[in-house]
Amino acid sequence: MSAGAPLAALGRAVLALLAATGRFTIWLGQVLSHVVRPPFHTREFGAALMQIGFLSLPVVGLTALFTGGALALQIYAGSSRFDAQFAVPQIVAIGVVRELGPVMVGLMIAARVTSSIAAEIATMRVTEQIDALVTLSTHPLKYLAAPRVLAGLVVVPLLVAVGDILGILGGWLVAVTRLDFGTREYLQNTVDFLDATDITSSLVKGAAFGLIAAATGCWAGMNAGRGAIGVGQATKSSVVMAAVMVLAANLLLTEMFFSR
Amino acid sequence: MIRLQDIAKSFGSNHVLAGVTLEVAPGESLVVIGGSGSGKSVLIKCILGLIRPDAGRILIDGAAITPRGRDAFLARTGVLFQGGALFDSLPVWQNVAFRFLRGPGALPRDAARARAIDRLARVGLGADTADRLPAELSGGMQKRVGLARAIAADPQVIFFDEPTAGLDPIMSGVINSLIRSIQRESGATAVTITHDMSSVRRIADRVAMLHEGVIRWSGTVAEMDATSDPYVAQFIHGAPEGPIRTLR
Repeated sequence: MSAGAPLAALGRAVLALLAATGRFTIWLGQVLSHVVRPPFHTREFGAALMQIGFLSLPVVGLTALFTGGALALQIYAGSSRFDAQFAVPQIVAIGVVRELGPVMVGLMIAARVTSSIAAEIATMRVTEQIDALVTLSTHPLKYLAAPRVLAGLVVVPLLVAVGDILGILGGWLVAVTRLDFGTREYLQNTVDFLDATDITSSLVKGAAFGLIAAATGCWAGMNAGRGAIGVGQATKSSVVMAAVMVLAANLLLTEMFFSR
Repeated sequence: MIRLQDIAKSFGSNHVLAGVTLEVAPGESLVVIGGSGSGKSVLIKCILGLIRPDAGRILIDGAAITPRGRDAFLARTGVLFQGGALFDSLPVWQNVAFRFLRGPGALPRDAARARAIDRLARVGLGADTADRLPAELSGGMQKRVGLARAIAADPQVIFFDEPTAGLDPIMSGVINSLIRSIQRESGATAVTITHDMSSVRRIADRVAMLHEGVIRWSGTVAEMDATSDPYVAQFIHGAPEGPIRTLR
């Protein structure tokens, strides 16, 4: 093997990644163009809202509740080292609303919704259902991808809002039952400390993560290989892709909202 | 009139279609035969625009097909897929009435449902199947539902991809009879791909054999039975010995 072989391999990998990013970006642009162009598949949009939003509420709610409670315990333990236990409500609020709420919801959606969308659409692909759509004069992007992507964009911010509230409630529950905080004091400090930017950033992150989760599921499903292996591979790669993109987007949005 | 001129399609180094030239006259029932992997499905997908050929031209009614022309062509086309390709998440009637529930030609739901039940009756299925999901149906019933969907909009051209694959001989006969009677009654142009010789004899006005990427032979069923072409003879008799190489 020549000395330049590893570099060549790295170069090929980078070029492949850039090419895939370009294809995904163009594809996403086409999907978004279908979102705003009639005809609109309102039933499919309603079903996607139900699948992505309502049916995700239990997992999102429980995750946020437990995470908020654990965060309160951790902050109390850490801040007591320098007698700053009073800051638990504020730090729980900022931690949940700015970071943990959106990221936990984004990752839960990536696990639950992205995988489900990818598996469903990949199965449709390998069983020729997507070909059947075309022959029935229905554009697959318009029928399959656009309603799901729009639903992700619209409903995940609401899930994040629910997650934020339940995360704060989890912290409050632990604080009043285990850490001797009063309910009024805790909630007042929480409300006073949060500002509009915190809430806006949380909802914008939710929208971005919803878009990413739904789009990667559709993309992976529509580009699935053949047979059961193709469906499995599409499902797995969609979740990995969505999780990485959610975390990368989180960094970018945090930088955008909170960098000095 | 559907006319294919020198259609070629390769997947990597596998040259599946190597210059297919073929014509289908209006109202004709053409059956394309050929062994497994001979490119029959690729051929039909090229005509439908699901796969883009590497070379050659497809003309519909004398005009080369364009993206807009393809939409118009598909609007008057029905397709029965090999596995049915029914939408799992929709009940049977919504599969059949798919075209009538969406888009510019949408009907009120009650009218669309009535149209679906009428088409289900045409293929021998009762109204009690209308609200069932495709997964609840047997293979033969799924084929019938697929056939009902293919004819739902009274298409002028119908494509049948291995219509009897996976069915027992009796159900195959039922599907073949349905295809033939529907094609005759409607006067539609039909293109069927199959390697089931009972389908060929029941459905075909004309037969074309696809072998090694080209149309090797075409003629009527009577001419097929009388031909001296060794490839066709081996295929229609299912002979293990002959010019067509087989894996053993």
